[in-house]
Amino acid sequence: MDLSFTPEQEAFRAEVRAFMAANLPKRISEKVRLGKRLSKQDSEDWNAILNDRGWLAANWPKEYGGAEWDAVQRMIFEEEACRANAPRLVPFGLTMLAPVLFAFGTEEQRQRFLPKVLNNEHWWCQGYSEPGAGSDLAAVKTRAVLEGDHYVVNGQKTWTTLGQHANWIFCLVRTNPEAKKQEGISFLLIDMKSPGVTVRPIVLIDGEAEVNEVFFDNVRVPVENLVGEQDKGWTYAKYLLTHERTNIAGVGFSQAALATLKTVAATTMAGGRPLAENPHFAARMAQVEIDLMAMQTTNLRVVSAAAKGQAPGAESSMLKVKGTLLRQELTSLLRRAAGPDAMPFLPEYLEGGDNQLPNGPEHAPSAAPTYFNMRKLSIFGGSNEIQRTIISKSILEL
Amino acid sequence: MDFNLTEERAMLQDMLQRVLAETYDHEARRKLLAEGKPYDAEVMAKLAELGVLGALFPEEVGGFGGAGFDLSVVFEELGRAGTIEPILGNAVLAGGLVAALGSEDQKAMLNEVIAGQAILAFAHSEPTARYDLNQISTKAVAEGDKIVLTGTKAHVLNGAEANMLVVSAREAGEDHDQDGISLFVVPADAEGVMITGRLNIDGTAAAMIQLEGVVLDTSARLGEPGKAYDAIETAVARAILAVCAEALGAMEAAKDLTINYLKERKQFGVAIGKFQALQHRMADLLIEVEQARSAVVNLAGNINAPRDQRERYVSAAKNLVGRAGALVAEETIQMHGGIGMTDEYALSHFARRLVMIDHLFGDVDHHLERFIALNAA
Repeated sequence: MDLSFTPEQEAFRAEVRAFMAANLPKRISEKVRLGKRLSKQDSEDWNAILNDRGWLAANWPKEYGGAEWDAVQRMIFEEEACRANAPRLVPFGLTMLAPVLFAFGTEEQRQRFLPKVLNNEHWWCQGYSEPGAGSDLAAVKTRAVLEGDHYVVNGQKTWTTLGQHANWIFCLVRTNPEAKKQEGISFLLIDMKSPGVTVRPIVLIDGEAEVNEVFFDNVRVPVENLVGEQDKGWTYAKYLLTHERTNIAGVGFSQAALATLKTVAATTMAGGRPLAENPHFAARMAQVEIDLMAMQTTNLRVVSAAAKGQAPGAESSMLKVKGTLLRQELTSLLRRAAGPDAMPFLPEYLEGGDNQLPNGPEHAPSAAPTYFNMRKLSIFGGSNEIQRTIISKSILEL
Repeated sequence: MDFNLTEERAMLQDMLQRVLAETYDHEARRKLLAEGKPYDAEVMAKLAELGVLGALFPEEVGGFGGAGFDLSVVFEELGRAGTIEPILGNAVLAGGLVAALGSEDQKAMLNEVIAGQAILAFAHSEPTARYDLNQISTKAVAEGDKIVLTGTKAHVLNGAEANMLVVSAREAGEDHDQDGISLFVVPADAEGVMITGRLNIDGTAAAMIQLEGVVLDTSARLGEPGKAYDAIETAVARAILAVCAEALGAMEAAKDLTINYLKERKQFGVAIGKFQALQHRMADLLIEVEQARSAVVNLAGNINAPRDQRERYVSAAKNLVGRAGALVAEETIQMHGGIGMTDEYALSHFARRLVMIDHLFGDVDHHLERFIALNAA
């Protein structure tokens, strides 16, 4: 047992921290710090800065332009990125599509698509969920029919995160309606500029259109955009969902949120004293911190097992459930800390166009929107109920 | 970073787990307690033979361990088996203080402790002190070249089974001062020592000890006069690590019993483990047990850290383990139904111990408040 990082890991942390200090634009980190909304340009700028350093694709092999970090290095990077208020990297191309192409794609597909993930030419989104499917991902109805050297795709995807920015989408489509539910699904890469693709934003509870509906009306997709074998897409989709989900606990996000919360609680006056001295608030805050201290080690235990090649299975479900509950509790405390100043809805401020606040502290306008937005954490990526079922089936063998 | 045990500790853990599983059982423990016996001398001798006591002490006093992960490995296995033998107050608290502060003469008594031939007890807490370590009103007054102890000690773990007591008493200052507290080694049969033993609801034993003008030589003092508080806090930190690890073992045992029960017990024609209402509760329980394991790892890894850092982990672990322990006790009983409440079934022992560990050295609320104070300091 040794809880300390190696000198190499400590040096890596220092290197990442120095890089963040020198290269993360204040314009962007201030938005993240204040919970403001990031533009497409913000994300692309940060991607470009990281890619110049060779750090954009943490888990890709070096020969494809990745950093080829191990699980511990990735965790350190994520912690430091959160600490510096760097934007979350949009995962769809980097950590979802790419591992599938490495495992199941052709070399031609890797050469065609991966460089464009790195240079911002392609912004990927995920076409998994469909209306009515919920957490039952295999309930894919979108049809793809092979006609000559093209698939003709008809159907609808939904909850497509940041689809409004995307120009490519990886989709689960049904190629064999006769087969059993999990069979007869294929993994198809679709150019969203193709005729027949329509994207319609869905405004969410926080007032932002973060997700979209994507419609396919006789969209023609060349057969070379099929990944792996036809009708085997479910295998690839499952691989994608379980592959290297070491950041699923979101420990870095929680640590950054806790640091913000502590600052806010120390500087917000309530009843003539700092909110941090209200025993009820202090108790909830301390409870989260204690849980987070343990969570960090739970996460490290899984990460270090993963680094030794013991792939996390149901352990990642445990990290997801507890990690998302902690993140949600932190956003709940930040919302309460803002008091009545949490109520005004200030979309112009959140979009970053207007920094003039009508009243209240700077952290307050995003408190309620973030709290509402983070309800998604326990719903997406396999709802927490799905995760509990996975835990009981695989670990408890019930 | 490495979350694997050293080879030696892994072997100790495997061996303890195997031997205790083969030789220690609920029915024997029940019979013993029904006869009013606080522990089984044969089991105690066996634990000593297996190295349980030696693992808790460093080499310089005759042991072969004493580090944080030695304590956590040993106590996790004791907790998994549900032993009630006198180890905690004896070796971790009183023995730990003798090892930390004792003269060479005083340290010699640890040989018998490690061999399982002598039992020490730490007589510290007082009737209204609750969880405050500094509330000591027992007086130590110099009279000529002697020292006279007067006062009352409560909840002394295995106080009635001990040969020798380590007694805290005030030589200077007021009730809640940290300064002025000294420790003395007192034979249990010394004149003026009155010990009233009892069993706790979880099967462990404790005693009320009255000290009525107990006359000691100054050589009975352990360490410097009036300066024992830091050592007491350190020993209690180690005891908290021990009970957190013990609770972890008890949680694992209760969890295993429950998983088996969920697979075997049939209702409405199916194993009750097929019901999602129970599956999801079991999954949540498992998550909290893993969190408790992480809290124990964190504390074991920081037990020799500077005081403020160490104590932050102490209170974090005791708070988290207290919550997890109560959850496991309550949920595993509920998932069993009525059988989980019977004395005859082993789960009841683990549930009682898990809940009562929260009453040792500060409960969930005490340590949450303390964690907040430590953060603010």
